[in-house]
Amino acid sequence: MQVHRVSRQYVIRKLLIMIPSLLGISVVLFSLLALAPGDPFDELATNPAVPPEVRAALRAKFGLDDPVWMRYWHWLIALLQGDWGFSFVSRMDVSTLIMQRLPVTLIVIGASQILAIAIAIPVGVLAATRPYSLFDQVANTFAFIGFSLPTFFTGLVLILVFSIQLDWLPFVYRADIAATGWAFYWEHIKQSIMPVTVLGLFQGAALVRFVRSSVLDVIRLDYVTTARSKGIGERKVITRHVVRTALIPVVTLVALQMPIVFSGAIVTEQIFRVPGIGSLLISSMLANDTPVVMGVTFVSACLVVIFNLIADILYGWLDPRIAFR
Amino acid sequence: MALVSAFALAVILFAVLAGPFIWRVPINEIDFAAKLQGPSWKHPLGTDDLGQDLLSRLIYGGRISIAVGFAAMVVAIFFGVLVGAIAGMSSGRVDAALMWVTDLFLSLPQLPLLLLVIYLFREPVKGVLGVEGGAFVLIVAVIGGTRWMSAARLVRAQFLSLREKEFVEAARALGASRLRQVTQHILPNALGPVIVVATIDVAAAIIAESTLSFLGLGFPSDVPTWGSVLRDAKDYLDIAPHWALFPGALIFITVLAINFIGDGLRDALDPRRVL
Repeated sequence: MQVHRVSRQYVIRKLLIMIPSLLGISVVLFSLLALAPGDPFDELATNPAVPPEVRAALRAKFGLDDPVWMRYWHWLIALLQGDWGFSFVSRMDVSTLIMQRLPVTLIVIGASQILAIAIAIPVGVLAATRPYSLFDQVANTFAFIGFSLPTFFTGLVLILVFSIQLDWLPFVYRADIAATGWAFYWEHIKQSIMPVTVLGLFQGAALVRFVRSSVLDVIRLDYVTTARSKGIGERKVITRHVVRTALIPVVTLVALQMPIVFSGAIVTEQIFRVPGIGSLLISSMLANDTPVVMGVTFVSACLVVIFNLIADILYGWLDPRIAFR
Repeated sequence: MALVSAFALAVILFAVLAGPFIWRVPINEIDFAAKLQGPSWKHPLGTDDLGQDLLSRLIYGGRISIAVGFAAMVVAIFFGVLVGAIAGMSSGRVDAALMWVTDLFLSLPQLPLLLLVIYLFREPVKGVLGVEGGAFVLIVAVIGGTRWMSAARLVRAQFLSLREKEFVEAARALGASRLRQVTQHILPNALGPVIVVATIDVAAAIIAESTLSFLGLGFPSDVPTWGSVLRDAKDYLDIAPHWALFPGALIFITVLAINFIGDGLRDALDPRRVL
């Protein structure tokens, strides 16, 4: 397969398409916030020490009496300028707080996606080359079990087996590991194994079926028969000819799965107490810390849109027909 | 596989529906003398940290979890069919706008959005409908409201191909109104794949409800659902593993059974054979 350059026009078009989706997401989030009953000045209203004039002046100052579209506009401008508000609980800017937590989440998600792909591609390809064989049926059954097992249950079972019964792995993720050098990395890897496995297995199970059906679609095509009839070995036909084509739609599916991955990450972070944005979201909800809740929700929505963009560009690079459509 | 699953699901359904009439231990009878016990004759699935009987709590929880699953599926399918049918019948701008909204909802991360809506609206809804009823309505509405997209896309695709078919054209030539064309001719023929999606939606909604309750943002913890029992159990994994294993296994078996049934239905209702 010849590697070619994606046309700049295609990338720009995809970038422009991203803007309305981001705007749409911000409208959805803002309308939820605006529709939700409850007023930030409720407390002042019931406080007899605050005279009504002061309350009215405060409302006017923060623009609470403006029409909805104007409030949305101010909110959007503040969001774009990076002014995401101030956390009531941790006394920090929301953006700083999120930036502290984001890398951990990205590492856990990234590692689990790599694990998922490393499991799904070989298993899916093998299952598709021997359709309806024993291996295919076993793989299919395990895939079903894999994505029917809720992540919170798998997480608890892993803790029960590996932390409590066998005492091999720690079940609380710690950010403050005292060791240095190799021991430091080893501790980090050890505490990441279970969260990454839980997420990776769940994702891998869903991907196996996609890979299998995609390979099955390609393997019937004429060019594969041609390759076989030229006397190329079966192994080489599969790895060089079939898999490369079959994986193109899988790229999109990996990106479309991102919203589900985020949901899984929130749960896993909560179980293993990984200090990522998922556990930040839950703890700020339980503590009624609205600015942080809004910030984290918006960031996760943006990440999903960005991953979709990356998938689109990769898709255009892998399949030149798409970029010229 | 699908038949075995249907049998397993029927057993679970029968257990949660008829259970309270057979196993009459109240769900909130506190007995500190019997706390954190493993399975025994008196408490077949053991007890929790307050000595409450797990079997009756799980029967009660199963009713809620499964009811949420079905109700949320009905909401999701209703909106999905509505949006898909409107988009599929009206081409052009309406179609494009509706599909843009659908794609937008598809790219929203579901769980953060669910959590956000529940976080913002929990208190007021509770005030109107009471603790348990409020939680039920809210959870069903948000799970259904964030899961209609796949049904909408499917129905639209079915409509686009079906509305050009000869039998619809014949109905149109006989003067059938648009509404009659849709309800009498197109929709019944588009239902096969929708049933498959609906089945899988029940499983997804059960998982979503359990996840919410597990995170502490679903039903309040004095209402036992499978997810909230699991949440209470997670801090006692080392001394009372049975407490977590039973609700987890029930969620898993129910969801697996529903997924297998959906897969079996997909094979049985294969659109390539129908059309």
